[in-house]
Amino acid sequence: MSIIEMVLIALVYLGIFSVAGLFLVLLERRVAAWFQLRIGPNRVGFQGLLQTMADALKLVSKELTGTEKADKFLYNLAPYFVIITALMALGVIPFTKDFQAFDINIGIFFLIAISSIGVIGILLGGWASNNKFALIGAMRSGVQTISYELSVGLSLLTMILLTRSLQLSEIVEVQKNGWLIVQGHIPAIIAFMVFMIAGTAETNRAPFDMVEAESELGAGFHTEYSGMKFAYFFLAEFINMFLIAAIATTVFFGAWLSPFGITESIPWLGVFWFLLKTLILVFLMMWFRWTFPRLRVDQLLTLEWKYLLPINLVNIVIMAFVVWQNLIIQF
Amino acid sequence: MGSEAIIVFFLAGVVLVAGSNFLSNLISHKSDNAQKREPYESGMKTIGPTWVQFKVGYYLFAILFLIFDVEVAFLVPWAVVFQDFGGVAFIEIIIFLFILGLGLLYAWKKGALKWE
Repeated sequence: MSIIEMVLIALVYLGIFSVAGLFLVLLERRVAAWFQLRIGPNRVGFQGLLQTMADALKLVSKELTGTEKADKFLYNLAPYFVIITALMALGVIPFTKDFQAFDINIGIFFLIAISSIGVIGILLGGWASNNKFALIGAMRSGVQTISYELSVGLSLLTMILLTRSLQLSEIVEVQKNGWLIVQGHIPAIIAFMVFMIAGTAETNRAPFDMVEAESELGAGFHTEYSGMKFAYFFLAEFINMFLIAAIATTVFFGAWLSPFGITESIPWLGVFWFLLKTLILVFLMMWFRWTFPRLRVDQLLTLEWKYLLPINLVNIVIMAFVVWQNLIIQF
Repeated sequence: MGSEAIIVFFLAGVVLVAGSNFLSNLISHKSDNAQKREPYESGMKTIGPTWVQFKVGYYLFAILFLIFDVEVAFLVPWAVVFQDFGGVAFIEIIIFLFILGLGLLYAWKKGALKWE
């Protein structure tokens, strides 16, 4: 592999990264407006398509302020963590059979590991800001992310029993005999529901947005970040939401495989199917946001440790039984 | 692309953040005054230091997490080879999860899962 090729791949993924981020911000605002019977941003470009582009340009031209009491080194280091981990995780997502930057044999494990490194960025940023709102937000983020990571890991593990492999391309290959949510029927549906709840919590989105609860913490852990430095956290949050939806698509809904193999002869249409499934799940997460009220910290921990974790442990046994007795539904 | 991709993506991330920071510094409007450099607390002055001893509850949950996260790491290889072993692996994992469930139950009864 030549250097030029590597640079090109990096550039393509940086492009996907920023376009996906910008598009999802706009989608979030339009969906929010839709749920509240408003119109939402529709003036800049066709149907507001260039709105977030304009916002990004504005953010670049804003001054990078910060408190002089902050721990300068850690304060500047924090955005690197959130951006790099989100970018790396994007690299293993199989958009089609060939469109995947690196297909390592521990794919799922890598995704779980990388998503837990991202929280270090939030903890660093919140602590280094030397701001009380930021510190409380960061601490809440820490306890919330590590708690819900267990459920993300265990629900994906339930599906690995079916796939016999951690490699994402092989996970897709197995689903040629039916998507895993159909193959695994009852335990797979439970695992999917647990995964979506835990995934929403892990990305710190409403109703689990204790980390940046506007009404009590200002802007939470990124209170002291301005301009571009704020934009990194914002962008990474939306990319993480996309990643959770993309992982769910890959593991439960057959990634780039078309329903009933209707477009199997045209491989590049895989991107369309992949994005369609992912956007439906992203919409589901936005729907959560405007439906459920925000949880308190104790309710949040009760939900994870007293409900989701025991459900997950029982669910693994059920799935193991289903696989052992060969009760899988295959076409 | 092989495992060198991880390095490529790492560098791409560094370039993205450092590059935009540089660009932002280049074109942004700059002004400075003493109030601007204060920590933001809705216009109030900060009272006391921020870096103080923090609530212990967060630490307890971190310890609990550590126990169960190691368990997830143990379960991964089991899940991959489960279909080759069948019945034996099934009974073994029931024993494993039973002991872990007892651990969770113990923490629950001790009140470690309660947020005060």
